[in-house]
Parts: sequence; structure tokens; C-alpha cells
Amino acid sequence: FSGSFGEVYQTFHLSIYMSSNNKFSISPEMATQEVQPNETLSNLKAESDTLKTKLEDERAKLHDVELHQVAEKVDGLGQFIMKTRRTLKGHGNKVLCMDWCKDKRRIVSSSQDGKVIVWDAFTTNKEHAVTMPCTWVMACAYAPSGCAVACGGLDNKCSVYPLSLDKNENLAAKKKSVAMHTNYLSACSFTNSDMQILTSSGDGTCALWDVESGQLLQSFHGHAADVLCLDLAPSETGNTFISGGCDKKANVWDMRSGQCIQSFETHESDINSVRYYPSGDAFASGSDDATCRLYDLRADREVAIYSKESIIFGASSVDFSLSGRLLFGGYNDYTINVWDVLKGTRVSILFGHENRVSALRVSPDGTAFCSGSWDHTLRVWA
Amino acid sequence: MTIRTLRDHGQHYRPRMACLKKVEAFVVEMQDPKSGVKASDQKLNITSIPHVITGQDILAWIVTKMKVTTEEAQAFGTMLVAYGYIYPLQNHRKLVLVADSTLYRFQTPYFWPVQKWPAEDIDYAIYLAKRNIRKKGMLEPYEQEHYNNLHKWMNYKWDFIVMQATEQYKASKERKKPDRVVLDCQERAYWIVHRPPRRTHSGMDYGLDRLIDPNAEENIFLTQALMRSAVKSSVSLTAFVKYVTTHHTHDPLLTNPVPSNPWITDNDEFWQLNMRNVDIPTKLSVERWALSFWELISDQRGRADFKLFLKKEHSGENMAFYEAAEEMRWGAATAIPEKSQFIFNTFLKPGAPRWINIDGRTMGLTVKGLDCPHRYVLDAAQTHIFLLMKKDTFYRYLKSPVYKDMQKKALVPAPHNFTDAQLEANAKNRNPGISPIVLWQQQEAEKAAAAVAARPIDVKAMVATNKLDRK
Repeated sequence: FSGSFGEVYQTFHLSIYMSSNNKFSISPEMATQEVQPNETLSNLKAESDTLKTKLEDERAKLHDVELHQVAEKVDGLGQFIMKTRRTLKGHGNKVLCMDWCKDKRRIVSSSQDGKVIVWDAFTTNKEHAVTMPCTWVMACAYAPSGCAVACGGLDNKCSVYPLSLDKNENLAAKKKSVAMHTNYLSACSFTNSDMQILTSSGDGTCALWDVESGQLLQSFHGHAADVLCLDLAPSETGNTFISGGCDKKANVWDMRSGQCIQSFETHESDINSVRYYPSGDAFASGSDDATCRLYDLRADREVAIYSKESIIFGASSVDFSLSGRLLFGGYNDYTINVWDVLKGTRVSILFGHENRVSALRVSPDGTAFCSGSWDHTLRVWA
Repeated sequence: MTIRTLRDHGQHYRPRMACLKKVEAFVVEMQDPKSGVKASDQKLNITSIPHVITGQDILAWIVTKMKVTTEEAQAFGTMLVAYGYIYPLQNHRKLVLVADSTLYRFQTPYFWPVQKWPAEDIDYAIYLAKRNIRKKGMLEPYEQEHYNNLHKWMNYKWDFIVMQATEQYKASKERKKPDRVVLDCQERAYWIVHRPPRRTHSGMDYGLDRLIDPNAEENIFLTQALMRSAVKSSVSLTAFVKYVTTHHTHDPLLTNPVPSNPWITDNDEFWQLNMRNVDIPTKLSVERWALSFWELISDQRGRADFKLFLKKEHSGENMAFYEAAEEMRWGAATAIPEKSQFIFNTFLKPGAPRWINIDGRTMGLTVKGLDCPHRYVLDAAQTHIFLLMKKDTFYRYLKSPVYKDMQKKALVPAPHNFTDAQLEANAKNRNPGISPIVLWQQQEAEKAAAAVAARPIDVKAMVATNKLDRK
């Protein structure tokens, strides 16, 4: 670093942060390597292909067993019945995103018409409502303390609204603008406290922000197209997060250094949603290619594909149940498919929404999951 | 910073291309004269329309062909209508497959969404202008709105648009009546899919455009990836299976929680028994604490119990340091210098009141780093302390009287067995609970009080205020 760490430059351009105890840093030589005149695009492509094949061979040597083989001894799940237990009506347009509060019953949801609503899903009461100055609010998140919500979308920003016990208070007055991107905000999440937010954007980057000052703490460059989703690692070290984008890649990032430490490119189309496995050693992704896939972080490979011939339309949102046995996927054909993560089979299919399912999250204690849809409603299933 | 390519109209539909190609294959099969859906001629307002199919025939065909349940076939059929491959003849705004004698027709491939040209506004303007000429201004309200907007911002092209519309109108008049009716239906269906009225759910309403940059640099990354070590599949996959099996009983969607799942019975006792500050936790919680150190400290009640154990062992400073370091790491940037100073004075400096026991090298590095504090400066020390607690203290905790006592005292609530009448009553009287804001304020107040209590006692100050009796 030049000077003290405190000098973080607020910039949207490519900057490489070098850390002294970061194992994964790019060496200065590699980073500033100039393209030689004889390195044509085809040469680079050929080199890229050889490296890819080599990497696949190395990984294949360690791949001695398939997931469903290891899972043979595990009991099957039997008949699985889930029903809609609550329907939350109140949005006037497509619901684009939702998030649970840590108290296991409150939810924040955002929609195309610019409204962000905080519900007590248990009683179905609306507790707070905010009207954003932009439409298409594609990202919203509940703060870990339960005292604030963050949201953003076509305004290219992420704003934090502190919530109040006074029902008549105008929440927009205390709004705090935190993140600034150069294209739409696709996802946002608080880290382990109310003081930091992680965002992903249509400008191809992810960024970590300090809420109080609005300062950019770290930016993450590596996607070649819009980044559509992100998720923070639940593990004890809590230093990494994953992101998925329109370039069909799912990347694992180190929050401290800004480096991409792992990357997976097996999907055939945009990755709409990524979610960590509860143990933090794997993650699932849902894509427009109508499949959900499971990636093992320690073995550094894809280990399962959840698909069926009759499922043709993209998966927009995925999440695991508390034990990691079930994977719920919301799809663009208005259905929700429930997968047995270990055996790779579909356990159940849930109907009810009248337009595509755009958001799906399991509650913090795993007692239910909530799905938000373009049919203007949210449903809680258990 | 993302290089934006010119909008490629083939790419314009890229987000949905994969599924549309598969659907197209199905639709072609459906129209096969021998093995496809049964079609017939139907009379509609004097004219006879050829190749009409009913909803129930479509459904039956899908069930047989795709080997799925009726409901799944229904969902897929609705998709066919929503994307405009099949259009309804009567209720033309509702893009859903109704599985009865409702009539549908296949859309001509010219109007399929998979074509490489997008539904441009100028085409829509021409279509609306043509409708205007024909029905002498009988556009639906939403169409009228679109027309007015287009007229405003495409005004400079309006002569061209009207000319095109007139030409198309004249050309259609020269066709035979049945052909004209069919073509009108097809065109109208196309535009309902691409410019849906308010309450119509169309498959082509796909949200915002996504851009892509094809010139990405990959080779540096691949070289690094090769240098990275990976674990054998058998090892990591076995770990997943183990995780799932140990957590099976704790997953409320797989094992019914006791006393009951609040979302199903409308009774929130389950949540009340698992609150942060409950006196006696449930047996399930206590079992979960034993699964791993991380599970123990992730549960606030578990962490409180662990701290009690540490107090008895007089090693509470480890947990306190861990929490302080976490607060610094995730806290506000402006608070970092102050917090690092506090942590240094309380935990790290020689002779500190809550001095933590870490090896010399880590201590040296940490203290040096504190000269220029940043949020990750305590990482090495924090990891050391965390591993110490995880590998040693945790196991002693599990064998300690504190934990064993808790296991004995833990509650096993009886499962609820509500009658239908009781369930109805529950649904009407759902407990509103306490606002998380109030709970947070309580927690902060407790923390502040605890911080005051943990401060080392200043003897001189106490003497000065005569609290200490000098005898």
C-alpha cells in the first residue's frame, strides 16, 4: 500500500490492492504484463484452451467418487408436502427481491414500482413502506440488527434506510446513500454488522462499502459481464463471498484483498442466483439454462447438476434448507422445484404463483421459505 | 468500466435463447399432422377458422409426450401461451392454458419469439396506426396510451409510419376474408405477447437488458488455478453427507420442530423457547451446540452459556478479545483507530488487565501492525485465539459441569396437538411479537452495562469518592 491503509481511493477503475499476507496476489510482473505484438487473439485463445484442459485433467485425478454414490447409504426422503402458509399482498407490481430479518419472521421486499415494504410475515401486517425515487428496485437486504434495510436498483445506488418504531415517521428523510455504481444494482447484502454492505452491479463489479461514510472499502473486478447475484460465506473465517454473472461464471472472492480466488464456469447461460451451502464448503447456483448446480469449494469442481428434461425454463433463485439436504429453486415457468441435494432427484414441485418466481429465501431458523414473484405477491411455504 | 458492445439483436434475446430453442422443438412436434395435437375447423363469427385446438387436447398431448403430471403439463402449456407459440382465440388477453374446451391456435413461425429481430417500437407504431385506420380509432385504452406516446416521440417519422400502415391495410384488403381474419388474430396475439396490457403475464416481459463483454482476459487466472491445491472428492463429499446427516434432526422442514412449526400452527411458542435470553434452552438447541464450536457461538444463547463457563475458568478474556476483534473488523471505518487503541490497552499491552496469551511472533506482528491500524490488523491474533478456543476450550466445555447441567435441565416441549377449531383460533390471534428494534436496543443496553462492569476497578477513584472504607 502506498502510505497508510486508510487512504482508499474511491474509484471505479481497475486497481490492484496488494497485501503482504495475501496468498493469492497476482505478482507485479504478471499484472503489468504487456501483450507482445505476436500474441494474437488466436494464440491467447489456444493457450487458454490448453490451460483449461490441463486444469480439468488435474481436477479429474482427484475426482474418485460421485456425490450420489457417497449418498447411497442415506435414507430417501419419502413424500414431501409443503403448502403456502401466508400470502403477502400489497405490492402494485412485480416483486423483484426479498430478504428475511434475523428475528425469523420479518421480511423486506422490493418491487418494480419502486416500493420497498417491511412485513411481519407471521401476522402478514405491513410494518414500514418506503418509496424509492427509481423503479426496478432489484436488490434489498435486511440489516443484521433488524434496525435498517438497504435497497437499490436502476438508480445505480444502494441506500440504507434506518427503520423506526414510530409508524408515522417518514423513513425517506433519514435515507443514507452508500454505494455508487455505474450501472444498475443487482444485489446487496449486509456483512456481519450494519456497518458494511456488499453490492453487485450490472457494471460487472462487486464492491464493499462502509455505511457510515459511504467509502468504498474494496472493489472486485473479474466478471466480464453483468454480475447478477452474490452471497456471503457463513463460515467461521467469514472472509469470502461468491458472485454469479451473465458471463456464466461463478466467482469466489477474498474480501480483504479483492482477489478472485476460485472460479467455476460450467453453466450454459446467465447465473441468476448463487447460495452457499450451510457448512460454507460448497455453493449452489441457479441459471437461465434451466439447471441448478452444486460446486464443491474444497475439491474445486462442480459435483452435481439438478435438472430434468421437463424443466426447460430458467431458475431465477435458489436456497438451501437448514441441513443442506434440500435445495429450493424458483423458476421462470412460475413453479418451485425442491431437490434432494445428495441424491440429485427432485423431491417435489410447488405450484401457486401466477408469474415467474423472482426471489426465494429460506428463513434464518429454517422453519419456512419465502418466494417473491412477478405476480405481485410473496408466499411463505412450510 | 465494462466495455459495452453494440446492441446485437441476436444477443438481445440471449437470456432466454436456450429455453426457446427447446420449446420450438416441442411446438414443431405438436403440429405434426399424425402424432401432434388433434386440430379441427371451428366456426367463429360467420368465418370458419382452420387448425383450431382445444386446451384439454394440448394438455393431454403434453402429459403423454413429456411424461409428467397434469399440473406440470399445465405449467408448461401456460408457458407455451405466455411466449406466444400458441394463442387463445377468445379471451385473447389471458395468456394461460385452460384445460377444457377453450380454443387455441398455433402461431405462425414468422411471429415466433425466437426470430432474430426484436419487436421494435416502430413496428408497433405501424400496427397501431393500421388498427386505427381500420376500426376508425377503436384502440383499447392501454393501446391508446402506447399510441399517444409513440406519436409523441416518433413524430418525425410519423408520415413514414402512416404510409406503411396504409400500404399494409390495402394489402390485407386484397386477401380472402378467412385468411385476413386469421392473420389479424395472429398479429394481435403477437403484440399482446410483446406489448402486454397491464394484467397480462407475458413470457416476453423479461425485465432489464443484460450486457456482455466478450473480450475477457483469462490466462493469468487459469495459471493460478493450476497452482492451487484441491481436496479429493471422496473426502469433501463425505463431509457433505456427514453435515446433512448430523443436521437432519435440526432441520425444521425435515423433522417437525417441537412444540410446532409456527408457520403451520400459527402458534409462535417455538420462537419464544429459542430466544436469546431464555432461562432454560430446549434440548434440541443444547444438542446443536455440541455439533461444532461455530454452532455454539452462532447461537446467542449458546454463546452466553460458553461465556459462563469461561468465567468459571477465568479465561473470559479470549472470548472478549474475539468479540472485540469481530466488532472492529465489521464495524465503521471511523471507529477503527479508537477500537484498536482500546483493544491494545485491554488485551495486548504488557500488563494489560485482560491480557491474552498468544505466541510471541503473533503478538509482535500484531502490535507492530497497530501502528497503522486497519480493520484486518488483528486477523492473525484473532485466528490464533479462535483456534485455541475451538480445539481446546470447546472440548473442555462439553465435558464441564456447566454444559452437563444444561443438558439435564434442557426442556423437551410437548408437541402441540391442535384441533381444527383451535387452529382457526390461532390463526385469528397471531402473536405480534416484539419489534427487532426494541430487542436490539435492549441488547445494546446490556452490552454497555457489561462493558462498564468489566472495566478494571480504579482503586484511587473509589477512595476519592469514599466508596472504599479506609480502616
